[in-house]
Amino acid sequence: MADRGDAMRGLTMSDSTARKGIGLDVLTLGVFLSVMALVSLFLTAKTQDPLMAVHAVILLIAFVLGIIALAMRAAGGLHFDQSRYEEGIVKAGVVATVFWGVVGFLVGVVIASQLAFPNLLYFENIGWLNFGRLRPVHTSAVIFAFGGNALMMTSFYVVQRTNHARLAGGVWPWFVFWGYQLFIILAATGYVAGITQSKEYAEPEWYVDIWLTIVWVAYLLVFLGTLWKRKIKHIYVANWFYLSFIVTVAMLHIVNNLSIPIGLTEHKSYSLFAGVQDAMTQWWYAHNAVGFFLTSGFLGMMYYFVPKRAERPVYSYRLSIVHFWSLIFIYIWAGPHHLHYTALPMWAQTLGMTFSVILWMPSWGGMINGLMTLSGAWDKLRTDPVMRMLVVSVAFYGMSTFEGPVMSIRAVNSLSHYTDWTIGHVHSGALGWVAYVSFGALYCLVPWLWKRARLYSNDLVEWHFWISTIGIVFYITSMWVSGIMQGLMWRAYNSFGFLEYSFVETVEAMHPYYIIRAAGGLLFLLGSLIMAYNLWRTARGDVRKGEDVPDMVPFSTVIPAVQ
Amino acid sequence: MSFKHEIFEKNSILLTVGILIVVSIGGLVEIAPLFYISSTIEKVEGMRPYTPLELTGRNVYIREGCYLCHSQMIRPLRDEAERYGHYSLAAESMYDHPFQWGSKRTGPDLARVGGKYSDAWHLAHMNRPQAVVPESVMPPYTFLNDNILDGRTIEADLRTNRIVGVPYSDAQIAAAKSDLFTQVDEFADDYDGFVGRYPGANVRDFDGDPKHVTEMDALIAYLQMLGTLVDFSTYEADAEENLR
Amino acid sequence: MSYENVAEFAQTWGLVYFFILFSLVVVYALWPANQKQFDEAARIPLEDEEDL
Repeated sequence: MADRGDAMRGLTMSDSTARKGIGLDVLTLGVFLSVMALVSLFLTAKTQDPLMAVHAVILLIAFVLGIIALAMRAAGGLHFDQSRYEEGIVKAGVVATVFWGVVGFLVGVVIASQLAFPNLLYFENIGWLNFGRLRPVHTSAVIFAFGGNALMMTSFYVVQRTNHARLAGGVWPWFVFWGYQLFIILAATGYVAGITQSKEYAEPEWYVDIWLTIVWVAYLLVFLGTLWKRKIKHIYVANWFYLSFIVTVAMLHIVNNLSIPIGLTEHKSYSLFAGVQDAMTQWWYAHNAVGFFLTSGFLGMMYYFVPKRAERPVYSYRLSIVHFWSLIFIYIWAGPHHLHYTALPMWAQTLGMTFSVILWMPSWGGMINGLMTLSGAWDKLRTDPVMRMLVVSVAFYGMSTFEGPVMSIRAVNSLSHYTDWTIGHVHSGALGWVAYVSFGALYCLVPWLWKRARLYSNDLVEWHFWISTIGIVFYITSMWVSGIMQGLMWRAYNSFGFLEYSFVETVEAMHPYYIIRAAGGLLFLLGSLIMAYNLWRTARGDVRKGEDVPDMVPFSTVIPAVQ
Repeated sequence: MSFKHEIFEKNSILLTVGILIVVSIGGLVEIAPLFYISSTIEKVEGMRPYTPLELTGRNVYIREGCYLCHSQMIRPLRDEAERYGHYSLAAESMYDHPFQWGSKRTGPDLARVGGKYSDAWHLAHMNRPQAVVPESVMPPYTFLNDNILDGRTIEADLRTNRIVGVPYSDAQIAAAKSDLFTQVDEFADDYDGFVGRYPGANVRDFDGDPKHVTEMDALIAYLQMLGTLVDFSTYEADAEENLR
Repeated sequence: MSYENVAEFAQTWGLVYFFILFSLVVVYALWPANQKQFDEAARIPLEDEEDL
């Protein structure tokens, strides 16, 4: 095993595999980065738009740093050991995932507190601290920065391990990694500065969208290239889910972000579509961002880490095939349920509602497959807190994919739409499913990647699990109550046939629930900090006092007959 | 068997194409028909493109993320009609690039807020919402008073809107910058020209500070025209061309 | 091609398309000859080793 520093750079020192000269990957990346540096230099010099100027400078710095890093690597004699998996990039992904997770949860706690205590947390002349600017920072940070990095790093790990092939593309995977971080930084600084195209979960402006498209195509090629190199005939099902996530997100991203900038050196653009068409396109995008970013990709994660951790094969591979195709087919139609009772034509609303209800089935197919993989190993729920986290994530997935179809029914939606119920629903999926399955993967990966026998502390995983779970329960129950209550108050009539409540009375009624919600978020943030500490100590190779007894004996070695 | 799923499993390109075909059809079927605009959008009278000042205000509205807490889409439900007014028509957002329907009402719907409150109320509310509505959870937007408009990009804004389908005339684009400032001054030289280009638009100093044309002027101008364009006295909801 | 035609086409053929696709997938998944291959595939995550 190469030492930690070498592994971090994805290099080994065995001369037999050393590559002489500059490879095609380094050359193409070098040329590309140089061109991009020139473009951003041009932007910096030419733009009269103060906001664009800030981003042009960030771009210029990023590309110059990229060129320097590449040159230093190439000068050091870049060679990849084809007999080893590329793990350095997965390690970098672990760090990025934890970092952005904590940032995203923190911003979430801040904006939740702003709604709970508006008099304390708003400042009259600091516009960038307002809820409207920070809310996209929160959503993008948790979905794209935390979730996206979790997906990228696990996909890079899983695609290698399940295909017995080293990551393709030489230095290009590192471009994907750093290019994606650059996208996150451009998006977040843009929101704070006031650069947004106002499409929820697709707020970055046109040039950031183009940059993400480039990074995403490179990601797709690295992923496909690794599949092409595989030494196993069958492509394992986790890879199908990852692939559908990458391909579909590319399509959604491009179509929903079609817009015309007011100038090539200006940040502002106007979307190609207007009104109804724009709304339909946006919610087709946003719903499928949930379907393919937050579901399909994370199911890929589940299909690797749950069997691996349980040391059991997937419960039903047949079920995985059926629910894969049904899921990706049906999800794409469900978007219009976000537009019930709007000016969208009725037939489109009905179509969206119908498919949303049908969607319940393939979603539960995934849940059943995940949960039943534990059959014969249920005791791990008691003994292994990481396994418990993974299983609870699948249970939350089942819960929110039941709640979703219910909320998509037009009559239910007339009450729930525009209220906090939606926010609660999203968070039961985002915190319970997406974050928990990612946490589970992180707890698995850190000992595997840093070659440690075990985590620093299983007790801390227990603490993380229970604190976060209480946080989630606070969050979703308070949002259920406040959402349903507000929906009912809006439509309440008094005995004279007049509306019972003014709007602001319904806002006032939300106050206690907003405080509970903020407290729930705070607990979740606390849990993630415990995880960050635990993972850091694990990577260092520490074991907590009193826990240094072997407890990770593989199940199959205890009862060999189980297979 | 004749159909071999193995083909997908063993050939990643086919798997990719298969995924693309499966996921693209739903979107095509749901989105493409909406582009038969004549049958998606009702026949109404009164819709006009935004004035330069309103468009600037709308961009402030977008920049500050107002859509995250305020919807602009009144549903055809009894309580909404009584609270906010006539349900929203598709025609009312036909020039909205992008749409601002929103998805959450942390604050009330704004689709028909135009004319409901005075300019002075909006100014006080924007400066410090809790001074007007003590229970409000809205942030203050005092800083908009200090952001003075220079109209640097307004012509390009209108021109780009025309590219994406908003029927701005050559005259409207040529006069964009002067119209931006004319709308806050009833005594401006080009008052008649402005009113000719944008019939029915409000012309007055919106933020009570006649010395400067600020983002506050623009935002209030935008809010005061929201939902006021369509002439509902001529709109027949039950006419066949308006059913869908 | 009017709006009504497009909408009707969407509503009827969408169902047919979905039904055919779903049937194909189910037939494939339940085809007895494929059982062995699936059992092998299900074990892929458990069989990766430290080095390639």
